[in-house]
Amino acid sequence: MNLNALWEYANPKKFIQTTDRVLPWFAGLAAVTLVGGLIWGFFFTPADYRQGSTVKIIYLHVPSALMAINAWLMMLVTSLVWIVRRHHVSALAARAAAPVGMVMTVIALLTGAIWGQPMWGTWWAWDPRLTSFLILFLFYLGYIALWEAIENDDTAADLTSILCLVGSVFALLSRYAVNFWNQGLHQGASLSLDKEENVADVFWYPLLVCMAGFVFLFIALVLMRTRTEIRARRMRALLARERMGV
Amino acid sequence: MMPELGKYAEAVLSSYAVAIVLIVGLITVSVMRSNRVKKELQQIESKVKSNG
Repeated sequence: MNLNALWEYANPKKFIQTTDRVLPWFAGLAAVTLVGGLIWGFFFTPADYRQGSTVKIIYLHVPSALMAINAWLMMLVTSLVWIVRRHHVSALAARAAAPVGMVMTVIALLTGAIWGQPMWGTWWAWDPRLTSFLILFLFYLGYIALWEAIENDDTAADLTSILCLVGSVFALLSRYAVNFWNQGLHQGASLSLDKEENVADVFWYPLLVCMAGFVFLFIALVLMRTRTEIRARRMRALLARERMGV
Repeated sequence: MMPELGKYAEAVLSSYAVAIVLIVGLITVSVMRSNRVKKELQQIESKVKSNG
């Protein structure tokens, strides 16, 4: 595969033409896997011997937490591409992904709190993983606010890219907090490449389908929102040109 | 059809309700903005074209 061909998609027109074809596929895959996975997990898996039926929250909590972290890492990559190669589409893709990542972070925080209450006896604790996730949410909020606050698109892309680099520390901390600080209420990772450390298969398979559903949903939403950002940028450019009487 | 959720029914159902509302809300807002921006851009482009 010729990696240089990837840069073709930095052309907004080419990006919109290509996503015209692939977006319906990702949207369809997201609908099938997400709805299918959640129905499987909610209706057709047993209660856990210790956690009872609250184990069903895993099908929302784990995939949303996974996407909250990976959305930021995707933003990191596209921000770096903007900083190094100045491709507008990559900066706009980062902008498009931020609200999706923020909603995923909110879902992870809320479902975690609702799950934590009956299991830990509290909605919230200043546990390393919970706290780093809350900080990640604040970074998402700041990132979105910064884009909105700056009128010049290129300046906004520069500053938000720097904020993204800084926030990446917390995205990584959110993932590895339980390994770095062996304290707090939150358990270790439920998923691992080591099969022995994973949850039981009866929960694992529907969870895999739900994770695929969240990934496809993220891709579909980011593609659609990036197209919107490309059009909005063109609109601003045309209006500015019109104001200057060019 | 409804699975037996026992004493944790409230926690499980509220988790699903919160997540579904947020996901559906995100999709709705994204689709609505996409349609609005597409329409506005078309209007501006045709205006620019007609102005020469």
